[in-house]
Amino acid sequence: MKSKLMSELDNRELNRSLWKDAWVRLSKNRLALFGLITLAFFSVIAFLTPWIAPYGYEEQNLTLGASPPSYQHLLGTDIFGRDMLTRIMYGGRVSLLVGFIATSVALVIGVSWGALAGYVGGKLDAFMMRLVDILYALPFMIFIILLLVVFGRNLLLLFFAIGAVEWLTMARIVRGQVMTLKKQEFVEAAHSIGLPRHTIIIRHIVPNAIGPIIVYATLTVPNVMLLEAFLSFLGLGIQPPQSSWGLLINYGVETMEEYPWLLVFPGLALTITLFALNFLGDGLRDALDPKISKD
Amino acid sequence: MSSRFLLEVNNLSVFFHTRKGVVKAVNNVSFNLKEDETLAIVGESGSGKSMICHAIMGLLTCPPANIESGSIYLAGEEILKSSEKKMRQLRSNNIAMIFQDPMTSLNPFLSVGEQLIEPLIYHSDPTKRMRKDKARLQAIKMLQEVGIENATERLNDFPHQFSGGMRQRVMIAMALIGEPQLLICDEPTTALDVSVQTQILELIKTLQKKLKIGVIFVSHDLGVVAGISDHILVLQSGHAVELDTTEKVFYETKESYTKELLAAIPVGPKKNECTVITDTPLIEVSNLNVFFKPRSAAQSKIIRAVNDISLKIFPGEILGIVGESGSGKSTLGRSILRLLPIESGEIKFSGINLTHLRQKELREFRKNMQMIFQDPYASLNPRMTVYETLAEPLIFQGVANRSNVKNQVISLMDEVGLPKLSMHKYPHEFSGGQRQRIAIGRAIGVKPDFIVADEPVSALDVTIQSQILDLILDLVRRYSITMLFISHDLSVIRSVTDQLAVMKSGKILERERTEELWANPKNDYTKNLLNSIPIPDPKKERARLMDRAKEI
Repeated sequence: MKSKLMSELDNRELNRSLWKDAWVRLSKNRLALFGLITLAFFSVIAFLTPWIAPYGYEEQNLTLGASPPSYQHLLGTDIFGRDMLTRIMYGGRVSLLVGFIATSVALVIGVSWGALAGYVGGKLDAFMMRLVDILYALPFMIFIILLLVVFGRNLLLLFFAIGAVEWLTMARIVRGQVMTLKKQEFVEAAHSIGLPRHTIIIRHIVPNAIGPIIVYATLTVPNVMLLEAFLSFLGLGIQPPQSSWGLLINYGVETMEEYPWLLVFPGLALTITLFALNFLGDGLRDALDPKISKD
Repeated sequence: MSSRFLLEVNNLSVFFHTRKGVVKAVNNVSFNLKEDETLAIVGESGSGKSMICHAIMGLLTCPPANIESGSIYLAGEEILKSSEKKMRQLRSNNIAMIFQDPMTSLNPFLSVGEQLIEPLIYHSDPTKRMRKDKARLQAIKMLQEVGIENATERLNDFPHQFSGGMRQRVMIAMALIGEPQLLICDEPTTALDVSVQTQILELIKTLQKKLKIGVIFVSHDLGVVAGISDHILVLQSGHAVELDTTEKVFYETKESYTKELLAAIPVGPKKNECTVITDTPLIEVSNLNVFFKPRSAAQSKIIRAVNDISLKIFPGEILGIVGESGSGKSTLGRSILRLLPIESGEIKFSGINLTHLRQKELREFRKNMQMIFQDPYASLNPRMTVYETLAEPLIFQGVANRSNVKNQVISLMDEVGLPKLSMHKYPHEFSGGQRQRIAIGRAIGVKPDFIVADEPVSALDVTIQSQILDLILDLVRRYSITMLFISHDLSVIRSVTDQLAVMKSGKILERERTEELWANPKNDYTKNLLNSIPIPDPKKERARLMDRAKEI
């Protein structure tokens, strides 16, 4: 009796699981879609930069000096006569990469640490959270400098190091969420049908804690981008003539009064990215909650 | 307007304008209330009964709510047209409200006394404002009035130092301290134990007579209001179905919906009682102890939730456990399923000692024993579809494999009475009763021999309640499931169980065949408990309340 009913069910099943549903809902959310497209666009540009950038990132034109936007240099040039568009494109590579990698690192460590501590509870929880407290108390600068001294200066390592500093708050948020969730009856129900612990955490607890996780992750991205700029400013990160948005903004601030375009354009790039990210984050949070609108 | 009535509600309509369309929460409802009368508003969840109360109090949040039409006159004053300032005066002088849950409606950071005198010292009318010491005297008087002993000392206690019933008394005192003409009680006894419920009902009735106030008593349970109301208004999805005197509603019921409500109140014993055939028990619990230990040294008391309990459950029987909140009945059920760590004792399941099983063995053993939880809103993962929820135990317990799981889920849904097409919906898209059907499906999918049902119907409306009870009884019979049925509701438990055990403070006081225990309770506590059940019959119920009032 594989009748109409069954095929109907088959069809509906195709778009009904949390993730597929989320995608359907996300694609109906214009702001989130705008965010997603903007981020994708920026990422593609960042990836293709070495081939499509109008100039080289260290190409100087000292006779030009700092010149306002013109036909040759759409976004103007900096005080060494380097093309700003090119530098922003190259800067985007670093900034987007640090945003992505460091946040992912923070996400992975933070969520698993927090979920484990919150779920198991008791002595393990106390131990794990005291460790978090200790790391909180440690000046992160020293931590990163130590890492860089021991392992040598390496861009990827720097990204991981930043991620390794940013996971602490995430762990706390997730732990709190998990502690409330694990007392819910549906988690007890999962126990009573004999599911093993890790399955309960992955299938029942983490998906229900996803809202705050996403929101905090979108807040982490600008943090790590600015942290990278700060480290670079101290000479621990990216070195000139390489660039990142954070660094460009830092330099732009110094010459804000004479050459405002040096601040405005990298600032704009960062702002647009963060806006896009927040829209996408909010959209994701709503899309992953089946309770929110189904119209 | 005429002053014959204290409260006049005329053609009141409250609509909610949402994106999905207009929800008519209250639709053209009219009623009157005299000064010394009690009107009961009865209806199932979503019938608009709370909306009416909030409209009278001027507490509707508009938007989303919108008062479409109608008028409410309180002592001749039109409430709906009053300014916010006027409303505040009305609230402090004329109307007071008691809420459902006394645990959440008192501020835990202020002493009871401070909360009681608040309306007096911050009275909206400056001439009526009292000095603090005078207000305190008034508060003490009021606490004595509602039956709280040592009122002077207890004034400085904080809400958590009172029990649930005492807190509701404090709430009543707080409502009455401003000497209102109208008292609105929004399900004041729903969150309370049955013996406490009777006391609160008595108290409201006595105070109403003594102070000559009008009372609106909102409830989902017709049985509760039988004894205290003069008139009953029955609501169904915003419409007034029936409005008449209590006697007429009960004895000369006109509307079919009211009849349905009355019929849904469980009365009488279980229809086909199970007679035990074997004498080898399926479940044998011996000397079980479950303690909750204090987290810090500050609270040094160990709570003995289950205190040295031994019991046997025979195959095919339904054993009921009844007790008030905190009696340890849920803890007992959960620890038999080994969902809670136990202190000492043994649990044998057809001879297998569950206390000795290792984690992995226990997980596999769970196929044989399942649980149905109280709150169908909390016991289903909100991010999993019905299909996922039902398929999960089947797959993990190896009852189904990937290829036939879908067919099994479909037949399971059929069995618990869920439409097949809703397979890929999420829990929030279902009503409470349907959700409980999902939860039942999850429990019976793996074909267990034993199920613990922990208050499976207490979160549901009466009419739904009887449907779910029928479903459970039907499934139990079909699959010869043995069941431990936990409930605080004596009428419900009588209608489903073969055997009944009464629990109090971690001990089983007595256990007997249900009907036997019903007819001849031996223990005083049991007698009192059975005496506390509200009778859905106005004359008998009034007599019962009178009798109890005399005893005290």
